[in-house]
Amino acid sequence: MKILVCIKQVPSSNKVEVDPVTGVLKRDGVESKMNPYDLYALETALRLKEEKGGDVTVLSMGPPQAQAVIKEAFAMGADRGVLLSDRRFGGADVLATSYTLSQGIGSAGDFDLILCGKQTTDGDTAQVGSEISEWLGIPSVSNVIRFEKVDDDSVTVEMDLPNNIERSKVSFPCLISVDKDIFMPRLPSYTKKKATEDRAVVMLSLDNMKDKDDGHYGLFGSPTQVQRIFPPESDVHQEVWNGDDLGSRLYDKLNELKFI
Amino acid sequence: MNYKKLDAQDFDNLFAIIGDEERFLTDGDINEEYSHDELSGTASWPDVVVRPTSTEEVSQVMKYAYDNNIPLTPRGAGTGLVGAAVPMEHGILLDTSLMNNFLELDEENLTLTLEPGVLLMELAAYVEDRGFFYPPDPGEKSATIGGNISTNAGGMRAVKYGVTRDYVRGLEVVLPNGDVIELGGKVVKNSSGYDLKDLIIGSEGTLGIVTKAILKLLPLPQKTISLLVPFPTLQQAIRTVPKIIMSKSNPVAVEFMEKEVILDSEEYLGKKFPDHQADAYLLLKFDGNSAEDVQKAYEGVADLCLAQGAMDVLISDTEERDESIWKARGAFLEAIKGSTSDMDEVDIVVPRNCVNEMVEFSHSLQDKIGVRIKSFGHAGDGNLHAYILKDDMSDDVWEEKMAQAMEMMYAKGRELQGQVSGEHGIGYAKRGYLSESDSQQVMNLMRGIKAAFDPKNILNPHKVCEA
Repeated sequence: MKILVCIKQVPSSNKVEVDPVTGVLKRDGVESKMNPYDLYALETALRLKEEKGGDVTVLSMGPPQAQAVIKEAFAMGADRGVLLSDRRFGGADVLATSYTLSQGIGSAGDFDLILCGKQTTDGDTAQVGSEISEWLGIPSVSNVIRFEKVDDDSVTVEMDLPNNIERSKVSFPCLISVDKDIFMPRLPSYTKKKATEDRAVVMLSLDNMKDKDDGHYGLFGSPTQVQRIFPPESDVHQEVWNGDDLGSRLYDKLNELKFI
Repeated sequence: MNYKKLDAQDFDNLFAIIGDEERFLTDGDINEEYSHDELSGTASWPDVVVRPTSTEEVSQVMKYAYDNNIPLTPRGAGTGLVGAAVPMEHGILLDTSLMNNFLELDEENLTLTLEPGVLLMELAAYVEDRGFFYPPDPGEKSATIGGNISTNAGGMRAVKYGVTRDYVRGLEVVLPNGDVIELGGKVVKNSSGYDLKDLIIGSEGTLGIVTKAILKLLPLPQKTISLLVPFPTLQQAIRTVPKIIMSKSNPVAVEFMEKEVILDSEEYLGKKFPDHQADAYLLLKFDGNSAEDVQKAYEGVADLCLAQGAMDVLISDTEERDESIWKARGAFLEAIKGSTSDMDEVDIVVPRNCVNEMVEFSHSLQDKIGVRIKSFGHAGDGNLHAYILKDDMSDDVWEEKMAQAMEMMYAKGRELQGQVSGEHGIGYAKRGYLSESDSQQVMNLMRGIKAAFDPKNILNPHKVCEA
């Protein structure tokens, strides 16, 4: 089975500043790591490979220093790494990012299964995976918590929905976004790190893409205008009651709120 | 010993000092928790629990106890493992947990002044948020700093940074007669007479009650990396430890763990450990001011481990990865507890170069005696935590096997020039082993010191050494 895993380099800590003018994250001088959600996708890929054979390619988009997360994936057991790196890719929103990734995947080879994490810890949109599948014209399943069955031409997976779990059988090629905790991600291995020190990362730029129109990439290809980034307002309200007669008080309250 | 049994007048007088029903508990209001700590099988109820909020209150209660010959036992969070906070003679239990304020962060002197009831996890968060570091790191994060000082707690970073005693600059102490004294201070050096501060540290609430502490802080290291090293056998893992110490690589922590304990902790936490390939593991931690520094330090050790037969060396370099490993490590004690019906522990410490001998010996006792013994611990500082498990044995058989295992382990510890307790203390449970291990002269000196501080023997009687 040929598996591709999309990974992203994100800031190590959540104390990251946003550029007030462009709304883009300030990444300079901030330590970085592989997006924690992507580790679950990579672990899933490595387990499928161990079980069914094949190989695992990781693909990322970012500045040249993002090679670090690809090297890290090598130390975990990935076979091949591709980095889409070009100044013209910079400043991309969800649409342009997913388009660039889909173009990159097209240039990187043919894959049976594309795996993504649920979301990233810096962007948090949780949309890039599904959008890639749209661009590629392949089926996608999100929030996958279990691989029930893996066949030669399809997988059967369980998808975690708010009120139930849905089982889906999906034919290859397809894209699957896995949920957190599907497996505990393995740690990078020092011996693998040493053994893959000289393994080159395949670097692809806009010139390697099938679509070479730079209006489709980066800031130019991004219709989203970020006005402001702020934490969502919390609308959770809690009351703590003590004392007697709580039952009827609860009844009155639920009545008042029109729950009963 | 002839202590006074509290009468109605005593209750009234003590209540007058505290003056708050919420902080003065008697009879049915005394929670069962107050009758014991985490040592199983040793319980004794206090007649009254007082929960002071100031040194003044501690002093007045202590003075009243002294004047009226009433036994008093201090208690922090009750997480001790040797019964040190159990009021064996009943009387007054003085709970310091409401004295939990941070008093002063002195950035010029790199000290933090705080009250004894501050929890270890609160302390760590407080200083780390401000770019400082308090190195002692015992597994039990809900213990109080007062309790840590009382046992001279050690923890996982002792390999590089030492133990609680190394980070206490000064103490305010209420003596058994109610007097309040100050020992040490913000000074870095001190050659001024006998170091009574160091005597109070580790005295398990038998010489005085700590009501304030001045701790020494370090700048927070910018980068830490942990290595999880799988080995085919416990023997290979543990025999590598002295070689790591000898390699001058200065690790922060060197822990060993076995697969069985890891599986217990997975069940206890409901969370998977990131690796299962081996029967035994070493867990190492390195710190420094940059990723490059730390990498330089750990690479030599990684190569050394591989040369000693390690199956791999796994790198934990992010918060999430650290949590997946260290959270499991932190839960070992509770996890083992959950895997059996009852247990008793040995907290023996030996010189680091023979930690492998001690670990292998305790392992071999399982077959010799026919009892399950689980162990993990601070391999890098020679401190072994071994737990003798009751499982489905009858009480009689269990008592016998436990006593046998303990005797043999402490004898081995003595043979290796070790000490009875590395960090949990002597308390009530280990007094016999202490007096067997230390010479008559040493025990007499300890009793003399106790008598000098507490001539009426009212402060935490029957602990550490009998008067």
